Order: sequence, then structure tokens, then C-alpha cells
Amino acid sequence: MHADPAGVLTGTHFLDGDHACCEGCLAAGARFASGYPITPSTEVVERFAARIPTVGGVFIQMEDELAASIALQGAVWAGAKAFTVTSGPGFSLMMEHIGFAVMTETPCVFVDVQRGGPSTGLPTLPSQGDMMQCRWGSHGDYALIALCPNSPQECFDLTIKAFNLAERYRVPVMVMMDEVVGHMTEKVVIPSAEKIEVEPRRLTTKSPEEFKLYATGADLVPEMAHAGEGYRFHVTALTHDERGYPNMTPKVQQALVNRLKDKIERHADQIVELESAGCDGADVVVVSYGITSRIAQRAIDLARQKGLKVGKLRLITAWPFPAEQIRSLAAKVKAFVVPELNLGQMVLEVERAAAGQCKTVLVPHAGGSVHDPLDILQAIEEAIR
Amino acid sequence: MSAAQPVNACEVNPVEPFLRMDRMPHIWCPGCGIGTTVNCFARALVDSEVDLKHLVVVSGIGCTGRVAGYVNLDSFHTTHGRAIPFATGLKLANPKLNVVVYSGDGDLSAIGGNHLIHAARRNVDLKIICVNNLIYGMTGGQTAPTTPGHVITSTSPYGTFDTNFNLPHLMDAAGAVYVARWTVYHVRQLTRAIQEAFNRKGFSFIEIISPCPTLYQRRNRMGDGLGALKYYKQVSKIRNGAPTSEVGLSKVGEITVGTFVDRVRPDFIELMRASLHETLGGRYVDTLHMEETECQS
Amino acid sequence: MAKGLVKIIVEQCKACGFCIEFCPTKVLAFSSHFNSKGYHPPQVVAADKCSGCDLCGMYCPDFAIHGYRAEQKAPAGQAGAAAAGEKEATDAR
Repeated sequence: MHADPAGVLTGTHFLDGDHACCEGCLAAGARFASGYPITPSTEVVERFAARIPTVGGVFIQMEDELAASIALQGAVWAGAKAFTVTSGPGFSLMMEHIGFAVMTETPCVFVDVQRGGPSTGLPTLPSQGDMMQCRWGSHGDYALIALCPNSPQECFDLTIKAFNLAERYRVPVMVMMDEVVGHMTEKVVIPSAEKIEVEPRRLTTKSPEEFKLYATGADLVPEMAHAGEGYRFHVTALTHDERGYPNMTPKVQQALVNRLKDKIERHADQIVELESAGCDGADVVVVSYGITSRIAQRAIDLARQKGLKVGKLRLITAWPFPAEQIRSLAAKVKAFVVPELNLGQMVLEVERAAAGQCKTVLVPHAGGSVHDPLDILQAIEEAIR
Repeated sequence: MSAAQPVNACEVNPVEPFLRMDRMPHIWCPGCGIGTTVNCFARALVDSEVDLKHLVVVSGIGCTGRVAGYVNLDSFHTTHGRAIPFATGLKLANPKLNVVVYSGDGDLSAIGGNHLIHAARRNVDLKIICVNNLIYGMTGGQTAPTTPGHVITSTSPYGTFDTNFNLPHLMDAAGAVYVARWTVYHVRQLTRAIQEAFNRKGFSFIEIISPCPTLYQRRNRMGDGLGALKYYKQVSKIRNGAPTSEVGLSKVGEITVGTFVDRVRPDFIELMRASLHETLGGRYVDTLHMEETECQS
Repeated sequence: MAKGLVKIIVEQCKACGFCIEFCPTKVLAFSSHFNSKGYHPPQVVAADKCSGCDLCGMYCPDFAIHGYRAEQKAPAGQAGAAAAGEKEATDAR
């Protein structure tokens, strides 16, 4: 299905990542956002507040992130595509409702423009410190999807992808930006609406008598219904059966929670997106994501100029983690070098997936600025030795 | 009704079409008043001929929060304290929905307090049915912001000592347009109050004093559910229009009931539309308007 | 002749006593038999006093009882209907 032209600002623009993300939401068909101000994410909803009344939809600034993170879900069940935007401290507050979205299978998008943490940290400066949190931050067992844009253009493109994945898999999708990507201004090309694919909501065509809100077929994804259409369904975040009724028994828990996890993990090969270059025959592969991938590219270029055989693997999708790809690559390389704007988060996954077949070297950075490419180059050189 | 029908329709309780009878009996204790409030709610729906297709019930966590699971309507059992923001999202994305928030005193005024205040301030068109049993029932009888002083609870084992909320006063001050309190003894007035709320636009708040026989009543030697209802009958005084500052509750004092606030002011959607029409004129794409004929009841 | 009738769903009753207490004409009383959960459901003890006002139904927290006007009944005989109200209460013996 093509994008609704009303939300597509076709043209070539000079936008920062926050603004491009907002345009991505609009192009994807988002017509509701609930937000709460937090640096460095606020511009996303500020722009949405200015744009949405002439596109057709609603923005509401709620009283806190707890409210913002669930108001959007009410809007989803009433028929809208919806999102919210935040940064570290707000993201922490939203964790319960990310879990609610997972459990009720509410398709929606959460954007985290990461800043220095922990706690209040560095409101105006970058980090990539929420990568584990975006996967594990809510309680209980579940799986979800997280995307990492590394440019304002990707803030536009990957936000659309996030909405599409959310509808396809009935899951909340995290767009993990950071303060640099959010505040850097670059060329953003927005195509015409008919060139933008959007995934429609998977609404049931069954009658209210036949329809079971959480019954699934082989793809493990249920059909949805909206409130006010006569289905008289019940949605609860208690462990529930196919009808949506609470059924708090180990048997139902087993079936439900495994399905929620399998729904994503069994489709990992269709969800995961990577960018790789020069990995064949490489001695070292630099694994990075988000803004760090751009500095890593500089380091890789410098290393190659010195004749080193260095490959690049960029995680466009951080979760589900591409464990299989890492595992098979680990058999062929001496080392993975993992620069990230934190003290070691995705590196834990890389190391786990590598299963000891090669070295895994972290290039940490506590946040506040981006890496110096020479630090990454040094790590590459040491890893090759 | 055709003569061929073997079962007399009147032999079926008129509230049954509104309930998920496949989930009965419900989990509430003997003598708990929540079921009685649901009766009044269902009867109000019948009497006011509310369009059930567009009626949505949202609840939070707690004993009263389980109401959403028992009504045969589009219903949402959301997180603790957050029924109101969820309901706000529903309403703004589809203003044709008639959204009721049905939850307990702890859920709405403790963890949910911030949202309660802001939704009232904004005058979001929601009907709040707050069943106030003066305690946290589901989790075993802990102190709530509405628990009066000198009451034994599981987290105040030596008796409560801080000041309890006067919810009608809070709602009045925050800007609710309709504020009423009844007890589960007052079944007829309660049904009528719910109907009145359906006939109004804006943030309506109905507090219903209800017994928690298992925890509140038992720990404080105040009898069982029936004892509580007889007590409500005895100490309730109907004072319609009473100043809300004067209707606070204490352990053994008067329970002031009635309609305290009934005023008109534009609701959130009206305000939003008016503002955007005024500032944007023809550029405003209004997704919030409802046709005059698309009334809620 | 009773103006009203009562229908009791014995298995749903939790014996809270609201209906018995608040019936304006004292039509109901606790029965001595039990439902499967061990509660004593009410029974009609003064059928002729029932007006079908449904105050019992409005009070019942368990949706286990309701009253209705006799003239709303389809032609099956009022005597049969009053017995029907009793029958559910006695079924659990």
C-alpha cells in the first residue's frame, strides 16, 4: 500500500534527524502522537504538533512519559498509527508501557534519541547507552524490534520501516537515534507518496462471532480489530487466551509468552537488516551501529589505506540481534572490533554470538561526544596483530 | 416477542446482554459492592439507550479494574493508574467513541492521580466511575489515599494517621464538569447519576462508596458487606450542590452524597478544534468533528 | 395474585444478603440448602408480596437474581411462573 500523500513532504530537504524522523512518522501514516518534552528529542513532536493539524490528526502533550507512552496505544486501538518520542530518563519511565504494547500486541513506534546517562546525565550530548534497555527494559520475557539510523536520511527511512514492522508483527518498534544523529543537519530526500510503501493494519474481516482477538495462524501474528466497530473484544495485559480473556495458568503462560517471542525471532531473517562491506577475506570486522558507524567508517578507510584487511558490518537492526551472521563471520575473522558510545552493550551480543571463534574487542566511550576515529583505528591495528 | 419463544425474555436478567456471562461467577468477594455498581451501570445503559457499539470501557488494575473484563463491550484492562491516558488516546483518535473509565480509588487517585487531575483540567470527555472502597483491595488491603484516619490496614497496622483525599473536592478544583458521590446502597440514584453523566460532555466523575468486606470491614470490625450497606443507609445524607470542600470522609462520620458539581464548559476536543480553526482557518484538517446527528447516546 | 416474579441463578449467588435485606416487601429469605460453592442462596418465601420492582436485581453484586413484572410474562400461566422462581432455588438441594 502506498503512503497517504497528505503526510508526505516530497522534495529534497535540509533537515536534522529529529525533523526527518517526524517526517518519517507522517509519511508512514502516523496521525496521532502523545509526547512529553525531553532533550534532545523534543523537536520531533514539536514539528509534529506544527504539521499534524494541516495533515489531519492529533498531537497531545501529556503530563508525563507514563501517560504519553500509553495514550498513543489508546489511539492505536481506536484506529490510528501512533508514536511517541523520548530520551533516556523518559525511556525508563516508558518501560512498563512498552511491555503493555508487547503483551497486548499493540503496533506502535517508540523513538529514543539517546543522550548521556545514567539518570539525568548529559541532556544535550549523545550516547548509545540504552541499547540493552531497549531490548530488556521491561519486565518479563519478550522480543521486540529496534532500528538504528545513522543519518537524518535514515531517520526518515527507518522510521517508516519501524511503522511497517510494527503493523506486520503487531509489536512496538524502537527507533534508537542519538543526540548527534538527531541534531545533525543533512540532505534528506523524501520521495513522492506512491514510491513509499506502507504496511496497512492487519484488520480482521471475520464477523464478531467468529473473531478471536489473539488467535493466530502459522505466522504467529493475530489479526486486529478497532474499538467501536462492534467486535466487543476485551484487551488485557494479564496472561490471556485466544479470546483475550485473562487465563492465568502455566499452560496459557507458556503458550502466550513463547508465541510473543517466536513471533519475532522466527522471522528474524525477514526483519534483520545489515550493511556490510569488505567482510570477505577480512582479518578484522568492525561491528557498529548508529552514529558510531560513521566514525567507524573513517577508521576503516584509514586502516584500508594502510593495507589492512578490514571489513564493516553495520547493524541497521540491533534487535533481533543478527547472531547467525556474527557466528558464521566469527569463524572466518581474527577479531571483531566493536566501537559503541557506551561502556559495552551490543559488544556483549557480538561476543556471545562469536562463541569464542575469534577475539571481540570493545572500543568504549562513556558518551558526551562521538569517538575519535584514531581510537577505533588503534583498536583495529591491535586486533590484527 | 413471538409466542413461539420458549423462554420468556423477562426471565433473563436485563443486565445479562451487557455482561460476559461465560466468565461468571466473577472474582469479587461476597458482599463486595463492585458488582452492584456494574448493575447500576448496565441499567443506566439500558435506560439511556446508549449506543453500545461506540461505548468503550477502560479500567486500571485492582478489584474494580476487573470490571472491564466482565462487560460485554469493547474493553481494555490497562496498567495501574493509566486508564485515563489510554482513554484519552482512544477518544482523541476516534471522538465518536463514548469512553468510560471504570476503576478504583487507589488506581485513580494514587498512582493515577496525576492523570486524573490533568484529564479533569483538560476537561477530556470521559466518564469516570470511581469505586471507592477506601482501601487497596486486590493486593490485600493496603492504605489508599482515600483511607480515612484511624483505620487498620496491612501497611498501617497501627492505624492510619495522614489525611485522606476528598475526591469530589479534588475533581471540583481540577475542573471536572460533573461530580457526584453515591454509595452502593443508593442504587437508584447511582443509576440516574450515571445516566446524567452520559448526557453531559466533558469530564464527569462519579465516586461510589462501596464496601470491601474482606479487608477494610473485617480488619476494622465493621461487619460484612451487608452491614456496610446498612451503615451507609444510616449515615448518608443527600446534599445536592454541597460545597465539595465539606464532603470529606472520615471513619465514622457522615457520608455526604449527591450531585455536587454540574456545570458547562467546553471539553478538550471542542477547545482544540476552536483554537485550530481560529488560527489555521481553511488549512486546518479537522479530524475531530462529529456530525450533529452522531450523538453519543 | 403476585404482581411480580423473581428469578434466581443459584450457582452464581454468594449469599451476601443484599436482596433479602433491601426487598421492600420481604419476599426473600436465606434458604437452608447450599449451592456448589457452599453458599446459602435466597429463596422466595412470600411470593404474593412480590411487585417485580427488581430492587433485588439492582442490588445483587453477583447478577444472581432479578425481579420482573408478572404481566410481562408470555402466556404460560402465572402459577407456573411463580413456581419457576422457586424451582431454581430448590434445584440445588
